[in-house]
Amino acid sequence: MQIQVRFFASLREQVGSDGRALEMAAPLTVSEVWNAVTDMAPPANLLCARNREYVGWDETVADGDEVAFFPPVTGG
Amino acid sequence: MKIEIRPDPYDPWEELAAYQSASEALRPGSYGACASFVGSMRDVNEGDAVRSMFLEHYAGMTESQLEELACEAIAEHGLLDVLILHRVGEIHPDDPIVLVAAWSAHRKAAFDACRAMMEMLKSRATFWKKEELADGSRWVAQNTPG
Repeated sequence: MQIQVRFFASLREQVGSDGRALEMAAPLTVSEVWNAVTDMAPPANLLCARNREYVGWDETVADGDEVAFFPPVTGG
Repeated sequence: MKIEIRPDPYDPWEELAAYQSASEALRPGSYGACASFVGSMRDVNEGDAVRSMFLEHYAGMTESQLEELACEAIAEHGLLDVLILHRVGEIHPDDPIVLVAAWSAHRKAAFDACRAMMEMLKSRATFWKKEELADGSRWVAQNTPG
């Protein structure tokens, strides 16, 4: 199983990458995905999405999913 | 309904007039109200002069969110039509960033929906601003409350 992990905005700069593929032996939660791809503690107010929709940290991800992490939004 | 992310500068007033004339949902005589909001870039933020700004978005997610909030507003307020344009990329002071417009039979629905869509956009839509100052750059940490 493989998923794609993406980082945006200030988080991309903190992590030093815009993302990468992650191999999973078994389904992971979003929280476990974070721990698998970075050594950082999650910043306060960090947001996450699965397949381009907001989800919570306990959401389970599946093969082929895209999981994104990003800071609070500042559009408009 | 039209939702677009724009990488290049645009004139919101020309866009508004052109869309109103062309939209099949806006038969002349069918609407009695149009409320619009245009947000543009200021040259100062938190007491510092801002030279320019880079607006990043999550391609695919952002467009879906804007469509979803427009559909919510149409359903909730009984709108006849909605137009949302939003800039991305490099932006300079005075450049228009966002245009939100709502058409309805009467003024209350248009006013209420325009405000509601802007608030949803500000709180949900995946855009991020990075400001260029005289002595470096910084990410905008959060939006102002109103």
